[in-house]
Amino acid sequence: MFDHISIQLLLGQLLIGLINGSFYAMLSLGLAIIFGLIHVVNFAHGAQYMLGAFVALLLLNHLGIPYWGALFIAPVVVGAIGYAMERTILKPLRNLDHLYSLLATFAAVLIIEGLMRLEFGSTGLPYASPLPGGINLGFMFLPWYRGWVVVFSLVVCIATWLLIEKTKLGSYLRAANERPEIVESFGINVPLMMSLTYAFGVGLAGLGGVLAAPIYQVSPSMGSNLMIVIFAVVVIGGMGSILGAILTGYLIGIVEGLTKVFYPEASNLAIFVIMIIALILRPNGLFSSPESSR
Amino acid sequence: MTRYLLLAALAVVALIAPFFVYPILLMTILCFMVFASSFNLLLGYAGLLCFGHAMFFGTGAYIGGWLMKEGGLSIELAFLVTALSMAVLGWLVGLISARRGGIQFAMITLAISQFIYFLLLRAPFTHGEDGLQRIPRSDLFGVVDVSSNLSLYYLVLAISVAAIWFFYRIVHSPFGEVLRAIRDNEGRVESLGFVPERFKIVALTLSAGLAGLAGAMKASVFQIATLHDLSFHVSGTIIFMALLGGLGTLAGPIVGAALIVLLTDHLAQFGEWALIIQGSVFLAVILFFRKGLVGELQAFVKRRTARA
Repeated sequence: MFDHISIQLLLGQLLIGLINGSFYAMLSLGLAIIFGLIHVVNFAHGAQYMLGAFVALLLLNHLGIPYWGALFIAPVVVGAIGYAMERTILKPLRNLDHLYSLLATFAAVLIIEGLMRLEFGSTGLPYASPLPGGINLGFMFLPWYRGWVVVFSLVVCIATWLLIEKTKLGSYLRAANERPEIVESFGINVPLMMSLTYAFGVGLAGLGGVLAAPIYQVSPSMGSNLMIVIFAVVVIGGMGSILGAILTGYLIGIVEGLTKVFYPEASNLAIFVIMIIALILRPNGLFSSPESSR
Repeated sequence: MTRYLLLAALAVVALIAPFFVYPILLMTILCFMVFASSFNLLLGYAGLLCFGHAMFFGTGAYIGGWLMKEGGLSIELAFLVTALSMAVLGWLVGLISARRGGIQFAMITLAISQFIYFLLLRAPFTHGEDGLQRIPRSDLFGVVDVSSNLSLYYLVLAISVAAIWFFYRIVHSPFGEVLRAIRDNEGRVESLGFVPERFKIVALTLSAGLAGLAGAMKASVFQIATLHDLSFHVSGTIIFMALLGGLGTLAGPIVGAALIVLLTDHLAQFGEWALIIQGSVFLAVILFFRKGLVGELQAFVKRRTARA
């Protein structure tokens, strides 16, 4: 029945799926950290990803700083913007229903995207690939840059997971989430730590934006459609589960790629169908442990 | 007494308004009043943030439009069938999402609405990006002509008043009391032997039906149904309307809907600034006036009477 599907097409779409999955994983990782540790559903995550791409573009065009510099500078800049947002609009809402912080970040998206469109217009801007060329694998052509994205994002995901789950700093963060008053009594500035956690998650979104700049067009709306997919990934993986977010991100990217091969009309729908099935079968998320469900 | 005077004054204003204001604008306001009330039923009374509420509104516009254009139904039947079918959609969404409360409910409904968006983009009867165009304004009961803006206005007004009265009856019924109790303390309600999940599903069913009705009315007013009505942008706008006016108050979202429709009408000429202004006002409401205009006014009156 699938005779007409060539192995080239299959592997090509699998690779595209893996690349998309890398972005899904990195972004949902940041979202899961922010939700899991400070209980904010960061709707601005997509907009912050977009800011990362724009910072990279501006660094290149105005300061002549190449991609490799932007890879370090842009996440810090976007993280600093995130820090400022946390201090001004999220901190006052900290003790209220989580819905308010979700809505506040949503309002922030309207403002950020509006301002960016005002300044840069709606059309996509190109960003030259820092790694031109590629390698012929026999069955397909792999651009160097795409290979780099897959490897680098995997390293970032693993490193972040190790940082949160295996280091002292990570254990402080998790402890502050469970019993803030006790952690505070050890002399740790919990509110500052929460702000920095948000900034870190936002910085990850910015880093994703830099990585995306040479692959996708840089435009003010590049984050908004991605945002809803990322939400679905986090719901499927189990809210706040860091490992779940990473694994689901890659899984969804690959399934999406496969759907493009076997049933292209449904490729936009695949992720939501998976979400609905997952919600019916595993209401607490694929990778959540019973006690982490809320 | 003042209450009845106020209602009578409102009725007079509503009846003579189309002679002074463009009826299409008035009807847009009415549609969004019903839509915002349906949203208010969920967030204001049951504490459920439906982040994809436009799916019921937009799909309702398509179904209502299709029933009148291709199905040849009279306008009141088209509205009724639309409301019922959207109630069924709401029930299905509730089955999937109501088990997870709070923030997850918001994310799931958003994702489902995006799913419906892509589904309708693919469906042949929606005509994709073009939308369903030239929707006729079918006769009322098959005999009364409502194709002029003025006559349609009175029909939309009557249906909107009935819908808002229906909403009022829901929230002041024992069922509405349970919803409010779930919002305030779900665990307590559960311990009293109620099943909160079931109440949430029913609330979503009723709310989706009302939102679908609002969408079908909008389709008859503009004679077009597009994917924009389903978009995430509309879902955001409706949250803004309800919050600005005041959640959990009967009048709040209605006032909010009127204000935002008028504001959007005025801001349209400013292009991108419209979104930025909308976002800034939204943010200010969330940070400083979470009760909304009507809620703050009620609190103010309460303080005054307490002092006197």
